[in-house]
Amino acid sequence: MAAILSAVRGRRELALLSLLGAALFFGFWQMLAISGLVSKFVLPSPGEVLIAALTMMVEPFAGNTIQGHVAASLGRWAMGFGLAAAVGVPLGLAMGYWRLLDAMVSPVFEAYRYIAPLAWVPFAALWFGTGIGGPVMVIFTGAFAPCVLNAYRGAHLVERHLVEAARTLGAGSVRVMAEVLLPGALPSVVSGLRVGAGLGWQSLIGAELIVVSSGIGYVLVQGQSNLAPEIVIAAMAAVGLTGLLIDIALRLAEARIRRRWGQTP
Amino acid sequence: MKPKTAIGLATVLLLLLAWYLATDVAGLIDRQRFPSLGDIWTAGAQIMTRGYAGGTLVPQALYSLRLVVLGFLVAAVSGVPLGILMGLSRRFEALVNPAFLLVRPIPPLAWIPLAIVWLGLADSAKVLVIWFAAFVPAVINSHTGIRNVDRTLIAAGRVHGASQARIVWDVLIPGAMPMIFTGLRLSLQASWTTLVAAELVGAVLGLGKVLSTAYRDIYPAMIAVGMITVALLGALTTKVLDLIERRVVPWRQY
Repeated sequence: MAAILSAVRGRRELALLSLLGAALFFGFWQMLAISGLVSKFVLPSPGEVLIAALTMMVEPFAGNTIQGHVAASLGRWAMGFGLAAAVGVPLGLAMGYWRLLDAMVSPVFEAYRYIAPLAWVPFAALWFGTGIGGPVMVIFTGAFAPCVLNAYRGAHLVERHLVEAARTLGAGSVRVMAEVLLPGALPSVVSGLRVGAGLGWQSLIGAELIVVSSGIGYVLVQGQSNLAPEIVIAAMAAVGLTGLLIDIALRLAEARIRRRWGQTP
Repeated sequence: MKPKTAIGLATVLLLLLAWYLATDVAGLIDRQRFPSLGDIWTAGAQIMTRGYAGGTLVPQALYSLRLVVLGFLVAAVSGVPLGILMGLSRRFEALVNPAFLLVRPIPPLAWIPLAIVWLGLADSAKVLVIWFAAFVPAVINSHTGIRNVDRTLIAAGRVHGASQARIVWDVLIPGAMPMIFTGLRLSLQASWTTLVAAELVGAVLGLGKVLSTAYRDIYPAMIAVGMITVALLGALTTKVLDLIERRVVPWRQY
């Protein structure tokens, strides 16, 4: 009884400390903004950021409302990420299945992994333009590596006898990959997809900062060139929130799939 | 040579040969969009000797390298102790976590415009953005590393009469070291990605400046030279970090 009580008290204390931490964060920010130590053009107060965000939800900024910009970015992200998953996961599984393919692709893939995704931006813009194709390619280059790697590692986790059993019973390579390797590797594949989704979103923001003239990353640039830090911070919050929602959605999917398909190691 | 290495080497050579044949020999691909190997060689020679986008390759590369190392070090020096403290004290964790949770979902690249508003195109703006990028993985992994230390080891230390300070210093921190290095490796990767993005957005010198100038001049071979240099420097710094890790954590199994 006493232990339970002290545990409850402990948890309440931690919750209070968390509230205090949040209050300190916003309080410090507010103090700094109104103290006059830093100019309004450097750090707006939290209230001003909130007003900027609400205004942008009604009045278009840089050609669209903030929801419209987020939707435009999300649409691109979905295309690039979908493409990376559709190419990366089968490639990873195939590399896990055929040693020859593994030996052929691995060195090329290793070299590719050292190139920062954002370094592809100039080529992406040059090859596919700055409308849809370029940003989709940048998202693809960001999300591709974790998709391949986790499918490959997952395929190696599948027990070899299961593959052999399926082959003995007459399943072809494609069937083995789709019906033995994929289900066995699924938990690993899904965590790869989650990492890839985050990196893809991050790469898209980079691409929109550099060459693309729409989407939420473009709002950041426009806020910067208008010297309106409240708009920049509001857009950053929108970017963070959207990324967080993507992550939460995929975490839920991952938890479900782990329960359904996971073999606990 | 193992057969796997031989096959890999053969594939790379074949790809390079196909690339050479398709661009330099047959001219199948538009060289305004896709560089040939010869073009890359020429561009490499140009930037090495005469320079491009404000300097020759070595100063440009060193400039970027310096910013990455600086930002990474600031992030490591501030992030690892913070993560360790958060791992050691649940109270401290509860106090710091809200600010951390609010900042964490924002991709580091989204800080670039704010850094430019605050500090302009100066080096300090880049170091600030790299710090943001590299800070989060350093904190998270140090925190997890401390929390994942085997309870039995701590209990064993206590039984043998070690003080709290000695347990922290001799059990918890060494136990967390492998995880801390995993975090630092992620930090280093994030540092390079962020630096390239920040320099593409705006820079006076550096490899990102080379990339953005080459893009504006529609000079694909120079874009390729810039990308190759970034990749090589990224690989090099990762190797250096690996060497440091072997020194600091010799008991880690590979």
